[in-house]
Amino acid sequence: MRLVLPNPGLDDRIPSFEDLKRMDKEEGGDRPKWDNKAQYILTCVGFCVGIGNVWRFPYLCQSHGGGAFLIPYLILLVLEGMPLLLLEFAIGQRLRKGSVGVWRAINPYLTGIGIASMLVSLLIGLYYNTLIAWIMWYLFNSFQSPLPWSQCPLNDNGTGFVPECQRSSTTDYYFYRVTLNSSTSIVESGGIHWPIVVCLLAAWTVICICYIRGISTSGKAVYVTAILPYIVLAIFLIRGLTLKGAFTGIKHLFTPDVNELANPTTWLNAGAQVFYAFSLAWGGLISFSSYNPIHNNCMKDAMILTGVTGFTSVYAATVTYTIVGFRATERYDNCISNNILTLLNAFDLPEDSITTSNYEAAFTYYNSSNPDTVLGLDIKPCDMQKLLSEGVEGTGLAFIVFTEAITKMPGSPVWSVLFFIMLFCLGVSSLFGNIEGVVVPLKDLKLLPQKWPQEALTGLTCFIAFIISLLFAQHSGLYWVTLFDNFAGSVPLLTIGLFEMIAVAYIYGMDRFNEDVEFMIGYKPSFFWQASLRFTSPLIVVVILAFYLVTLGQEEFTYLVWDPESEKFPALASVPYPSWINAAIFLLAGVPSLVMPGYALCRLVYVSCKNRIQGNN
Amino acid sequence: MLRFSLSELLQLLKNFCFSFSGKMLEKILILLCLTSAAAGQLCKPDASDGYKVRLSIKTALGDQAYLWDEKEMFLFRSTMAYAMRGQLNQQFDVSNIIVCEETARVSFWFVVTSPLNTSNLVDKKSVEEAVRKHRNRINSAFLLTDETLEFEGIPRTLEAPFTPDTPPWLIVFGVVMGAVVAGIIVFIGFSVVQKKRKKNKKTPEDEDSEEEESRGKTMENGAANEGVYNMSFTDEERFTRI
Repeated sequence: MRLVLPNPGLDDRIPSFEDLKRMDKEEGGDRPKWDNKAQYILTCVGFCVGIGNVWRFPYLCQSHGGGAFLIPYLILLVLEGMPLLLLEFAIGQRLRKGSVGVWRAINPYLTGIGIASMLVSLLIGLYYNTLIAWIMWYLFNSFQSPLPWSQCPLNDNGTGFVPECQRSSTTDYYFYRVTLNSSTSIVESGGIHWPIVVCLLAAWTVICICYIRGISTSGKAVYVTAILPYIVLAIFLIRGLTLKGAFTGIKHLFTPDVNELANPTTWLNAGAQVFYAFSLAWGGLISFSSYNPIHNNCMKDAMILTGVTGFTSVYAATVTYTIVGFRATERYDNCISNNILTLLNAFDLPEDSITTSNYEAAFTYYNSSNPDTVLGLDIKPCDMQKLLSEGVEGTGLAFIVFTEAITKMPGSPVWSVLFFIMLFCLGVSSLFGNIEGVVVPLKDLKLLPQKWPQEALTGLTCFIAFIISLLFAQHSGLYWVTLFDNFAGSVPLLTIGLFEMIAVAYIYGMDRFNEDVEFMIGYKPSFFWQASLRFTSPLIVVVILAFYLVTLGQEEFTYLVWDPESEKFPALASVPYPSWINAAIFLLAGVPSLVMPGYALCRLVYVSCKNRIQGNN
Repeated sequence: MLRFSLSELLQLLKNFCFSFSGKMLEKILILLCLTSAAAGQLCKPDASDGYKVRLSIKTALGDQAYLWDEKEMFLFRSTMAYAMRGQLNQQFDVSNIIVCEETARVSFWFVVTSPLNTSNLVDKKSVEEAVRKHRNRINSAFLLTDETLEFEGIPRTLEAPFTPDTPPWLIVFGVVMGAVVAGIIVFIGFSVVQKKRKKNKKTPEDEDSEEEESRGKTMENGAANEGVYNMSFTDEERFTRI
């Protein structure tokens, strides 16, 4: 296949093989280098394995047919994720620049891809660090017994609990009221909630110090942040398996429902999850690979990373669901006990007459003999399946479900500290890649003075990002985070990924890419890689992107709010977005996506103007 | 269970009483019947000055649960009398606590009569206050808690959650921030010191060529203050011309 778009001057812009050989021999330059291969692999693993592995993948797994979901996930991991990984690794290692530099070297008109990556990394980094700020808040508050989210505060006359807490639950109240103090809509900003400001400050300063000298400091930090989560997951696995109800959770997670494979949403969600899990199109992976020695085997790295990510997803899902199963069983047992008590009290029966084993029979008996009384008792049915699948995604999983389960384990503060340290490490290691994807392009675009040391660059970026992220410290911050999560982190990434593949396969040229890989690792990529990069992966990304846009266009713009006044309380109420949200969505999703053709267009106009002026002269 | 309504019982008793001819006997018996009937009428479900009590002994104590019998009931009545004495400072006695409507659940109603006039009931408010004041003692007499020894209608006095003076999270936050800020200062100070040291060592010649290098290195991502500059890297990479 020789389909390559004309690309004059490419050889002038990129280092030739001789240059690379010389650079490699001299080991020269001020370009940072990895201390050893382990640092590089751990950084990439930390980048790819993030909080989403704990709170997004298990939810997708259990809602799309359990064990059957692993089939589309693993297939797409190999067909979509792995080739894109190889692409980013190889192109970074070969061209030895950050994301803006790489695309500028391939073709100056493609610089927009790098700029888009930088914008997306910035937007995602802002809200991601807010999540880390919340995690830090919970972490700081875990050093006390009893844990603050295990009790409700009392109301004014001391006879009962605050009604908002009484009607929902202690963990709900602690998250929505104490931590966030959330208002009832995105419109009501309600001022700044200062505990969140304090935690945001902590989060940004920690990132600042870890990345203060670039990868020479973050490379050391990843030894902790990338390995600790695995250790903590192992501890939780052992603890989780010994809890009552753990196997119920695991069974619920992995019971395959093969019918779900026929549902296209399953495949699309699997594809999207693979794409986001690998942190592709953020620009960080390209940057990290550019610090590698020239003959590093990037193909093996891509395969190792794919394997590790897949394994971690399943591992984290198992651990999560032992705990979820435990909590669901606790709640179910409580529900049954309460119902039994209600029946005993209503009919004045001796205590042991109804037990969990004969509850169903007793209930039907009394319902048939005294239906009016039983109706008046307002007995809620206890549904195990509902308990296993409610609130188990996103922030709800970590801050509500898990925290509740932890309060029921003996030695709660220890488990709480461990859990939130794990989440913190998972988040921070992803943020290293994020901030790499922001700081390096800023330097490459000459937006920041070149003479400045790395410390100043990192410090300034972190400071500005902290100021902007105060947006999320408002009382409506939760809704802004959800907005960013839904729009900044979905469509733009897919678009950038698509453009990346087209640029490399058809503008840089697949043949040239093959030669590069052969130069670097000694052999050309096999037919599988070539076919994926040219056809399969772009096709999959196009299909997912089309699906996303269609769904976006079809569904109403609503979001979930915490409103104690609503009828559905304590469930979140669904409220339509205000009309100005379209502008915000355009800024978040539209601008990064449109920067790519926009920059090319601007450059075209500028160059043709310049030529015309020069031609006139 | 067979239950006679009080009126039927009265009727039965009256018939029994009248079947004996002695007028005195009649009178005494009627008096007795009336008092017991009156007492029975004082204590009834949903009495305006009565409370329903519910015990969940098996839930609270499991294997160690004791059987609820008339001894325990006597203990309850005497505990309530104790509480009333503490509240109203009058000489309440076990007989002032009247219990009725016992069920197998172990629940019953009780009313408190005034020691000064046994046909008057002590009002609901005083009983409630007495119970609330002495709740702990009443609970511990039965090895139960507020949830397992329920007085329907008397809310529990809840303990406020323990709030320490300095929030613990502030302490942890202070430690973390202190460490991080100290680290940042150390790093910056270190690099400033290194830069100064390098400047003192450099000769003017090196300085010129180094400036040329740094101007050309527009694309490098550098920890530019660290390490030794590799001066042999003179043939610069060809960079993109914009």
